[in-house]
Amino acid sequence: MNLEVSIRRQLGATDLNVDFAADAPVVGLFGRSGSGKSSVVNAIAGLLKPEAGRIAIDGEVLFDAAAGINLPPERRRVGYVFQDALLFPHLSVKKNLLYGAPGTGMRIGFDAVVGLLGIEPLLERSPAALSGGEKQRVAIGRALLSQPRLLLMDEPLAALDNQRRQEVLRYIEALRNELRQPVVYVSHAVSEITRLADHVVLMNEGSVLAHGSVHEIFNRADLRPYTGRYEGGALIEAEAVAHDTSYFLTRFRFSGGELVAPGMDTPLGTRVRIRIRSRDVSLATERPSGISIRNVLEGEVTGVSESGGAIIEAQVRLGQEHVPARISRQAMDELGIAAGRRVFVLVKAIAFDKRSVGFTA
Amino acid sequence: MLSAEEIAIVLLSLKVAAASVVFSLPLAAAAALVLARGRFPGKTLFDALIHLPLVLPPVVIGYFLLLGFGRKGPFGAFFEQVLGLTFAFRWTGAALAAGIMGFPLMVRAIRLAIEAIDPRLESAARTLGAGPWRVLASVTLPLAMPGIIMGSLLAFARSLGEFGATITFVSNIPGETQTLPLAIYNFTQSPGGDAAVLKLCAISVLLSLAALAASEWMNRRSRGFAAARSLL
Repeated sequence: MNLEVSIRRQLGATDLNVDFAADAPVVGLFGRSGSGKSSVVNAIAGLLKPEAGRIAIDGEVLFDAAAGINLPPERRRVGYVFQDALLFPHLSVKKNLLYGAPGTGMRIGFDAVVGLLGIEPLLERSPAALSGGEKQRVAIGRALLSQPRLLLMDEPLAALDNQRRQEVLRYIEALRNELRQPVVYVSHAVSEITRLADHVVLMNEGSVLAHGSVHEIFNRADLRPYTGRYEGGALIEAEAVAHDTSYFLTRFRFSGGELVAPGMDTPLGTRVRIRIRSRDVSLATERPSGISIRNVLEGEVTGVSESGGAIIEAQVRLGQEHVPARISRQAMDELGIAAGRRVFVLVKAIAFDKRSVGFTA
Repeated sequence: MLSAEEIAIVLLSLKVAAASVVFSLPLAAAAALVLARGRFPGKTLFDALIHLPLVLPPVVIGYFLLLGFGRKGPFGAFFEQVLGLTFAFRWTGAALAAGIMGFPLMVRAIRLAIEAIDPRLESAARTLGAGPWRVLASVTLPLAMPGIIMGSLLAFARSLGEFGATITFVSNIPGETQTLPLAIYNFTQSPGGDAAVLKLCAISVLLSLAALAASEWMNRRSRGFAAARSLL
């Protein structure tokens, strides 16, 4: 899916000024709350009219201020999943699902959607009788059945508790991987974006700070203040190569070696992205022995960024990947960590969980 | 039991009230929609205009109707010549007067119901491919239904009791414009009418109680509905 967005609009005190083009199955709009992400999806859906600019999907113009084009929402074929589901309270789940379905010529069929989202037992119920996760799954199904060429999802997990979040996230992954549904996914959560998005648009105070592949954006050190210091780290392209069924571990191979993580349901051979948080990474100048840490990988320091505080960040090259390690400045000085130094990168196996591993379609 | 004359009075009252509700409902729904969702200059004035029958003396409304919808009035002449519909001294005029008196009550109830609907539900419907008319018919109006029913009942009850505007506009003609309140008034003015007055008053009380009970039942249902919606 090719998406071009170039819009301007005054929104209270902030000036929305967004300009990006993306050619990817899943585009992630990422940024703090109030950065204008929702306004961008509202503009794509036709619910917010920009003052100037242009929006096009796969070359078809939805909005063009200069040419006087502004398709109404119902003619854009853009589905929308809201944060709080917004199911029609007076209609059953089944009638909600069929509200936008054209009836004939459906690329995405009713049975396929119901099966994929596991909502068969809910069909006759009223929306009031559903849990938060169920509501959100029905809302996704309702949007899918309107046969959208693009599905907008605005923080679809934000209103859910952690367990429901994992549940719905799996279904969103399934619709990306199985239905090949193009999606624009809005979130302020690093783990959701790195798991789902291929192309990331990083937003701050109404404008685009940077956009590019998820790999590029989350590995850029200069964007760290926006991609999250605490959650920040590297995103590594890897492949599941072995399951250890007695210890319930999974091994992933990447260009810099192998990583061991607690058992995932990842099928062998699957390409995945693994997020390593820089605060989970330790460094050693010799290969340690008698240690519980499962992942010990040799690499080379390519740079150190320090700002005089207690914490520094060292970039270590492992194969083609760069992994940042957050360590104390004291440790840096004692171990003589500097560019060019050979080091061992240590990461506990249990630093990884389901949230740090995302399938790539 | 009731005499044929009394039954005719009750039936006429019900006919007038029903006609006034049926014909004012679409207009009231449109006005409520405009007031709840519209943003335009002069909205406050429009709102005040709709509320006029609630604050003006009914006799004043009746006199304005006489001026406007009488045989020689500008609207009256139009309706008579173009649509063949006469209001002056006819039961249709009584229905018009009752409809206008009940109009603000109806608009208010529907407007409140529409304002309670999350406008984002309408946005969601638009993104699912529904045009504005389909959104109105499939989302807004069904969700406003408790308010529509409530407003209709209020207006119906108001119509049954209408006196001042009716007697001023269409007079008190037995069999044509003499509704319950007008008939009661008539009997109080004639010697020996006490028994008939009491009987008609009892019918009035019964009809009002029935309308009240129906509205209370609807109200409870709509509150149950609102409670179900608040769980979302």
